[in-house]
Amino acid sequence: MRPAFSVLLLTTLIGCAQGLAVALAVPLLAGGAGGTAWLDFWRPGLALVLGLGAAGLVASFAHLGRPERAWRAAAMWRTSWLSREVIVLPGFLGVAALGLLALLTRQRWPQALAALLVASALLLWLCTAMIYAGVRFLREWATPLTVVNFLFIGLASGCLLAACLALWRLPLQAAHYAMAAAAALAVALLGRVAAAWRAHRLQPAGSLQTAIGVPSPHIRQTSKGFTAAAFTTQEFFHGRSAVWVAGVRFCWVLLGFILPLLLLLFTPLALRAVGWPLALLSHLLGLLAERWDFFAQVRHPQNRYVQAAL
Amino acid sequence: MTQLALVIDLNVCVGCHACVTSCKQWNTSGAAGHLSDLDPYGENPLGVFFNRVQTYEVGQFPQTQTVHFPKSCLHCEQPPCVPVCPTGASYKRKQDGIVLVDSDKCIGCKYCAWACPYGAREFDADRGVMTKCTLCVDRLDDPAIPAAQRRPACVNACPTQARLFGDVHDPDSEVSRAIRERGGYTLMPELGTRPANHYLPRRAAHAE
Repeated sequence: MRPAFSVLLLTTLIGCAQGLAVALAVPLLAGGAGGTAWLDFWRPGLALVLGLGAAGLVASFAHLGRPERAWRAAAMWRTSWLSREVIVLPGFLGVAALGLLALLTRQRWPQALAALLVASALLLWLCTAMIYAGVRFLREWATPLTVVNFLFIGLASGCLLAACLALWRLPLQAAHYAMAAAAALAVALLGRVAAAWRAHRLQPAGSLQTAIGVPSPHIRQTSKGFTAAAFTTQEFFHGRSAVWVAGVRFCWVLLGFILPLLLLLFTPLALRAVGWPLALLSHLLGLLAERWDFFAQVRHPQNRYVQAAL
Repeated sequence: MTQLALVIDLNVCVGCHACVTSCKQWNTSGAAGHLSDLDPYGENPLGVFFNRVQTYEVGQFPQTQTVHFPKSCLHCEQPPCVPVCPTGASYKRKQDGIVLVDSDKCIGCKYCAWACPYGAREFDADRGVMTKCTLCVDRLDDPAIPAAQRRPACVNACPTQARLFGDVHDPDSEVSRAIRERGGYTLMPELGTRPANHYLPRRAAHAE
């Protein structure tokens, strides 16, 4: 499939926002957080959650043919995971905004709001991942690994961002966040590589024989019936070489996971203010490549109908 | 429950594309808006069609056959494109089972096209909405059109009458008889979408 840059941005940015929200709220819910240092950490933290989420929301509009009708997308929540995401994302941002409001006006973050924020972040991961995992003919996506990976990749991004933020606002907790980020990165890398390995061995749903209903082992398409381009030849093919795809895969493994992990674990104390933000930058760039691969890896069953050059 | 559908006879389809052009002509002139042709005379034209005819070669030389294969929306009885639609623009019409897109509700997110394993839907970049075969619903519903012509434009246009049209749930209809008597089949039945459109197999291709 052709990766849509707006969707790559959306899922990367909101994943980071959700992860950060969880990273901010969990210490409060565990009872290990309070005092002015934490308040000074939470305020810019929740502002970042809102900023990243809003940026993701704006990016998502670029994917639509008729963005002015986007409000309609909340209608079919009974059947459509996309519709559910459209409802849960503003809900998640609303809960974050309420938390920030309480922090600014009352100098406290009520536990109930923090718990609601974690719950909505988890629900949003489920909705986003199920948009892909729920399309059962796209076997590369239709696996519980898709949900697990969205969750842990988001947690890794969020903890990494929290570690960088803590360096500035909450230095005593920075190392804890870095350890959490490293653990999430390791789990996310395992899950993502497992999904890629699984996808590599899959056959697209259906077969050429049943696609046209001719039970012969020798079928060759000689014409796709038109000489120009069509939506079906553009949307479902990324048009890049195998070398490019392998390069992108190498990039996301290295930049998205390995390099940030090494920077988190081995940056000397004095250099953390450089090393950790570098790890975050590398991770986010790597995630764009990871998301590109996530789309590009899908071999859509419909491609059988447009295999011929002419 | 009525389920309107096309039944396509691969024995007599000669790949003339009359169904393609008549479909384009009728539907680009319809109430739902034109089917865009971007850069039609330029280097890289991009057009929207509801129906396309592909050609396959089956068998090994010298025992080969050319199979012309028209494909449009199959109006599945379990359409995977409908439940994924976030706005409800994509729906299956209750009275006759036609799968339609309400172009006033569609936001152009393309999720339905991802969910369709047959590549039946085409996004119209000019209008920003998803489009697909409607079985010429605006012909079927128009009392001003003579009753004999109240069929999809492609069915009227086919010079070899390879395209039959009717209710596949009515056991006595022409299409049901054709499916029953001539081994009519659906595309990728293993996916559980239960397409309403059927194809009548090439006899020789199956004897191979």
